[in-house]
Amino acid sequence: MADPKPRVKVPKKAAAGEVITIKTLISHPMESGQRKDKDGNLVPRQIINKFTCEFNGQVVFTCDMDPAVSANPYVEFNAKVNESGTFKFSWVDDDGSVYETENEITVE
Amino acid sequence: MFQGPLKSGGDDLANNMKRIAALLAALTLGTGAGMAGGPVDDKLVIDGEREITTRVPAPEGHPFDEIISGWHYRTDETRALEADSFANPGMLYVERGEEIWNTVEGDAGKSCASCHEDAGAFLKGIGAKYPKWNAEAGKPFNIELQIDQCREKNMQAKPYKFDAADQKALTTFIKHQSLGMPVEVDLTEGDMQAWWEKGKELYYTRTGQLNLACANCHEDYNGTYIRADHLSQGNVNGFPTYRLKQSEMVSLHNRFRGCIRDTRGAFPAAFSDDLMALEVYVTWRGSGLGVETPAVRQ
Repeated sequence: MADPKPRVKVPKKAAAGEVITIKTLISHPMESGQRKDKDGNLVPRQIINKFTCEFNGQVVFTCDMDPAVSANPYVEFNAKVNESGTFKFSWVDDDGSVYETENEITVE
Repeated sequence: MFQGPLKSGGDDLANNMKRIAALLAALTLGTGAGMAGGPVDDKLVIDGEREITTRVPAPEGHPFDEIISGWHYRTDETRALEADSFANPGMLYVERGEEIWNTVEGDAGKSCASCHEDAGAFLKGIGAKYPKWNAEAGKPFNIELQIDQCREKNMQAKPYKFDAADQKALTTFIKHQSLGMPVEVDLTEGDMQAWWEKGKELYYTRTGQLNLACANCHEDYNGTYIRADHLSQGNVNGFPTYRLKQSEMVSLHNRFRGCIRDTRGAFPAAFSDDLMALEVYVTWRGSGLGVETPAVRQ
């Protein structure tokens, strides 16, 4: 796959206090560091090691990931929203890259 | 002294009764487990909107009464992944394939989109009708071969190496444009009938040290277990398929070769005449099922 590309699904609107479902997926090989190439050398580990979701600057969900997580990690979770604002998602790669995306939600 | 053996005899009797009861329970369970390996009664509705045909009555001359998609043989979780186009990891490759479709490559300075402008309209139904006869080459072509022909002749680009990441993504994108459309192989064109016959012969020919033909597993034992996994009818309407085991798209010829390898036999080259004939025949066996690409399997 080409560069890791995050995809996020957040409802555009919600009622105040509603519990919404957020789905996230990022394309990433999640190279475990356990495999060997044709010449018997270890393929260096390269995984997404941390995922964070913030809402208006406050962390609502975060997790560390380890080498056993499959390629293209999919994370789904629920969050309660009381006000309109912005969800900010970030994935931290072993090589230091951070992949980010944002989604707005309007609370009525 | 006397009571001992009698008591023990009584225990034996009780134990035997228990064993018989356990055996009966096991037999009942056994039937249950057999059912569990069979097709699950469920409907594939993608995103709650789009129902895909996963069961159809078989046409005359087909070995089965009913043709059933491999989707029915998978676990609840795997089936759910395919039913949600967001969660389906194969959709990442559809997106990547669309990028490739629009990317200029080769000396002619063209992309796929340069000639086929409206991908959605042009490609609708195409994926459901391959493999199809290619008169110029004098053999059936699948999507991969068609892409390579276009690249060489029209784009003046190099053909893809078998299972190159871009080949799989582009094939997935193209077949996905026919999502839900019934698989249909036209056997009246050219020598398709002869290729079908050859494919059928291969399907029933035992290979490898384990001496297995495709039919031994997928015709005789579908619905039962092969080690810890369920055997399906082996229909190919969802290829290229996202296999959780590989965390990757898996092409049909890769799967063919994997199956033949597992019989401990020498496997033919991808796109060889043998595997093309097998593709024609196996695709025909799934006639009428909706295209599921990218299907999700374990």
